[in-house]
Amino acid sequence: MIGLTHYLIVAALLFTIGICGIILNRKNIIVILMSVEIILLAVNINLVAFSSFLGDLTGQIFSLFILTVAAAEAAIGLAILVTYYRNRGSIAVEDINLMKG
Amino acid sequence: MSVATAFFYLFSGVMIASAFMVIAARNPVHSVLFLILAFVNAAGLFILLGAEFLAMILIVVYVGAVAVLFLFVVMMLDVDFAELKQGFLQYLPVGALIGVIVALELILVVGGFAPSPGAIAAPRAPAPADVSNTMAIGLVLYTKHVYFFQAAGFVLLTAMIGAIVLTLRHRPDVKRQDISEQNARTREQAVEIVKVPSRTGV
Repeated sequence: MIGLTHYLIVAALLFTIGICGIILNRKNIIVILMSVEIILLAVNINLVAFSSFLGDLTGQIFSLFILTVAAAEAAIGLAILVTYYRNRGSIAVEDINLMKG
Repeated sequence: MSVATAFFYLFSGVMIASAFMVIAARNPVHSVLFLILAFVNAAGLFILLGAEFLAMILIVVYVGAVAVLFLFVVMMLDVDFAELKQGFLQYLPVGALIGVIVALELILVVGGFAPSPGAIAAPRAPAPADVSNTMAIGLVLYTKHVYFFQAAGFVLLTAMIGAIVLTLRHRPDVKRQDISEQNARTREQAVEIVKVPSRTGV
């Protein structure tokens, strides 16, 4: 029988893959954005699993808001990416150092 | 093994494999397509959990909007992606190390986890037994969490305005229709009467 722990482990593995994607694809900002989406998906699976197994709808409401914020984040991130490409002609992340951070 | 168990392993296996392919694929277009596959399988997991509304929202919002947005951007930008893939092997040892540590810690935490009896006994928004999942979410979302719902709307509005402001550009060399300028034209500006003498031309 599939319990809460199974879902939490699946979400943990997905979260780990997202973290690894950010570390491995340091140069490719599109894949970094996709890794962030994977991490948010892992969090959503956690919330929905808890919501389902505890019989509490608040987790699903929270997941809905995370979905909203993730969509907004993807839209803004890709818009910044398009603007950056238009100005510089590349999307190399290492060249983004104007602020010396 | 029941059908639900088999589908759980199918969905989660395909989802984790395609999430791995998202970060490992050489071609970013393949990455986006694997991301779509991962989201569809996550929607399957949500259906298994009884959250049908979120599953459909996941497909509509992610597969229908966000992934297609990624696909458009990947295909519109003319970038040498082989060059961007250079540091992959260089970061592989530290990435694998951090990944193994994070996975081990998370699984250790999750393995020894049990929800407290108080959380089970007193849910904040208990799911009603006799209505569908969508209606149950609506009953809670539009009453208890209505301010957060409005705030989510403002977040989306901000994102929309931000994306338009960031990407809209006025190119001076492109002819555009300017309605106020059209309406402000007078007869003197528009029409010129020329007396043409015969056999000489203008």
